[in-house]
Amino acid sequence: MDKLTVITGVGVPLKRTNVDTDQIIPAEFLKRVTKTGFEDALFQRWRQDPEFVLNQPAFAQGTVLIAGLDFGTGSSREHAVWALRDYGFQAVIAPRFADIFRGNSGKQGLLTAVVPESVVEAIWAELDAAPGTEVTVNLVDRTVTCGSVISPFDIDDYTRWRLMEGLDDIGLTLRHEAAITEFETHRESWRPTTLPAR
Amino acid sequence: MNDSAPRTLAQKVWDAHRVVTGTNGEPDLIYIDLHLVHEVTSPQAFDGLRQAGRPVRRPDLTIATEDHNTPTLNITAQIADPVSRTQIETLRANAAEFGIRLHSLGDIEQGIVHVVGPQLGLTQPGITVVCGDSHTSTHGAFGAMAFGIGTSEVEHVLATQTLPLKPFKTMAINVEGTLRPGVSAKDIILAVIAKIGTGGGQGYVLEFRGSAIRALSMDGRMTICNMSIEAGARAGMVAPDDTTFAYLKGRAHAPHGAEWDAAVEYWRTLHTDEGAQFDAEVFIDADALEPFVTWGTNPGQGVSLSDNVPNPADITDPNERAAAERALEYMGLTAGQPMKSIPVDVVFMGSCTNSRIEDLRTFASIIKGKKLADGVQLLVVPGSARVRIEAEAEGIDTIVEEFGGEWRFAGCSMCLGMNPDQLTPGQRSASTSNRNFEGRQGKGGRTHLVSPQVAAATAIRGTLSSPWDLENGAN
Repeated sequence: MDKLTVITGVGVPLKRTNVDTDQIIPAEFLKRVTKTGFEDALFQRWRQDPEFVLNQPAFAQGTVLIAGLDFGTGSSREHAVWALRDYGFQAVIAPRFADIFRGNSGKQGLLTAVVPESVVEAIWAELDAAPGTEVTVNLVDRTVTCGSVISPFDIDDYTRWRLMEGLDDIGLTLRHEAAITEFETHRESWRPTTLPAR
Repeated sequence: MNDSAPRTLAQKVWDAHRVVTGTNGEPDLIYIDLHLVHEVTSPQAFDGLRQAGRPVRRPDLTIATEDHNTPTLNITAQIADPVSRTQIETLRANAAEFGIRLHSLGDIEQGIVHVVGPQLGLTQPGITVVCGDSHTSTHGAFGAMAFGIGTSEVEHVLATQTLPLKPFKTMAINVEGTLRPGVSAKDIILAVIAKIGTGGGQGYVLEFRGSAIRALSMDGRMTICNMSIEAGARAGMVAPDDTTFAYLKGRAHAPHGAEWDAAVEYWRTLHTDEGAQFDAEVFIDADALEPFVTWGTNPGQGVSLSDNVPNPADITDPNERAAAERALEYMGLTAGQPMKSIPVDVVFMGSCTNSRIEDLRTFASIIKGKKLADGVQLLVVPGSARVRIEAEAEGIDTIVEEFGGEWRFAGCSMCLGMNPDQLTPGQRSASTSNRNFEGRQGKGGRTHLVSPQVAAATAIRGTLSSPWDLENGAN
C-alpha cells in the first residue's frame, strides 16, 4: 500500500444520506473474481441519470467525495471501496460512515474523514459556488480544506499511522504469531471445529 | 482488568478472545473461532494468500458454502450465467487447494451460510464468528460475537485466525412484554431500526434483552440479530439460555457427553452481570407492537402496517426530508396513502432473515387451504437443503404449491440481484428479506420488508396485509 499524507483533488458533492454499498456498486458486479477494474461499476445505476454529479464535466475527474450522513451502509462488500478507488477517489468525507465500509477503506488506502454535518454542508456550498474547486485532506495535521472552509477531521490514531506508513495488516499481525500459537494451546477442546465433518 | 467487575455479555466474549491487548492506540488482537466463507467475497482473499505464499492457518475452523450466485431452479444443470459459474468454480478450486470443507450446490448441507452454521451446531455460545457478509450478525442469537468483514479481513482471518479490532461500545435493546398473535421477531427488529435509525447502532454491539426476547425461539432470535446490521451495528447478541441449549443439543458439531456438560457450565456464565453498564439503552414495548412494514429505500423507513405512507413535508431535517422524497419517488408511492392499499406483484418468502423451518411453518399455516391472489407471483425459498427436506417431510411444499406458489431450492435467491431470481423494473414485492435498497432485488425493483406472517396475508389478499386482515382473524 502506498504511503498517504496529503490528498488534493477536485471535490465531488454527493448530496445524499444513507448511501448504501448496493448503490456504490450493484450486486451484479460482485461476480468478478478480480480485485481491479471496477471503475465502470461505481454508482452504476445513478450514473444512468445525466444529471448525476459524476456526469457533470466539472466533477467527472473528482478524487475527493463529500457525502451525507451514514455513507457505506449495508452490505460488507469491499468491492464498494475498490470501485471508488478504481474510479480515482482517494478520500471520502462524511459526517458518519458505516463501520464495515470504514474498516474496508482503511485496508485499501482510501481515506475516510469524519467531519460535522455543518462542515459537509459548507463544503457543498463552496463546490456549488465554484464547481471544480479542489479539496485538500491532510492526514498529517488532520484537516480538511476547501475554499474558505477549514476543519479538523476525525480518524483513529492507528488507522492514520497505518495509512501514513503504508503498512500491511497481515504483516503487522504476524509479528504476534507466537502469541496466537500460545492462545491456541489453551482453547477448550469442546469448542467447535469444522473438520472432520460429522 | 479486575475479573470481578461486572461485565456485559459482549465484554465477556471479547475478553475471552483477546490474544494481544492493544497499547498506545493499537487495536486488540481478537481470536476467531469460526470463519464462514462463500463464493462472492472470498476469491480475491485466496488470491492474496497465493501471492504472499501463505497457507490457511486453521482450515479446521473454516467452512464454505455456495449461496449468493446459486439458482433455485434446475440445480443439477450447469449454472447458466458464465460469470456466476466462474465464481462458484473459483470457490471450489480454492477450497480444494487450501483444504477447506465446502458444501456445494446439491450437497445436503448446502444453503445460506447463516442458516448452515447454526444447523450444523457450529455456531455456539461465547464464540467469535466472522464471514465476508454483513448478515453474519445472525449468529449472535446464540450469545456468540459475530460480525461481517470485508475481503481484506477475510484474507487476514484465513492467514492468521485473528483480527485487529477496537472494542465496540454496547447498547441494550430492552424488549419487555408479550407479542400479540400475528406479530413476530421481524416486527421487533423493524421497529428497533425505525426507532434508532440506520446509523443508530454505529460502533455498537446490540444486546437484545427482556421478556419478549426470552420468549422467542432460536429462529426468531436469529431474525432479530440478523438485522442488527441494518441499524448500523456490527453485531447483535442474545444471552444463551435453555432455549439455546435445547436447540444445540444433539447437533452434529455440538459438544457431546462430558464435553457438553463442561460447555453448558461455561455457557451459563455468558450473560450481562448485574450492575454492568451499557453505553446506551433503548426500550421497546412488545405489547404495543403491530405488524411492521417499510415504505422507503432503507430499512429505517418503516411504519406500522395500519399507518399511512409518511409525508416528507412533516420531516424537519432537510437531508432526511430530501431522502424521503427521493424514496417515495423511487417506490412510486404517494404521501398519505394507506400502506394496506398498496398492491404487490411478487411475494418473496426466504433469505437469511426468514428462511428457517419455523418461518416456513408459520407462513404455511396461514396460506394453507387458501389461494394466491390473482397476478401475484410467490417464491418460497428454504434457507438450506436440510430445511427444504424437513419442510417437505411436513408437507409444506404441497401447501405452497396448492396455494399457487413456487417451491424452490435453497439459496439467497431474491434477497439480492446476483442470481436468476430478480424483480423486473417497476415490480413491487413484499419480501421477508432484510434490505429495501434501490435495486436490491433487481434493477428498478421496489421492496417492502415484512414478516412471514405479513408475507402470507399479502400473498392471499394481493395488497400489503397482516394476518389480522384475514377473515378468520389473527393467525
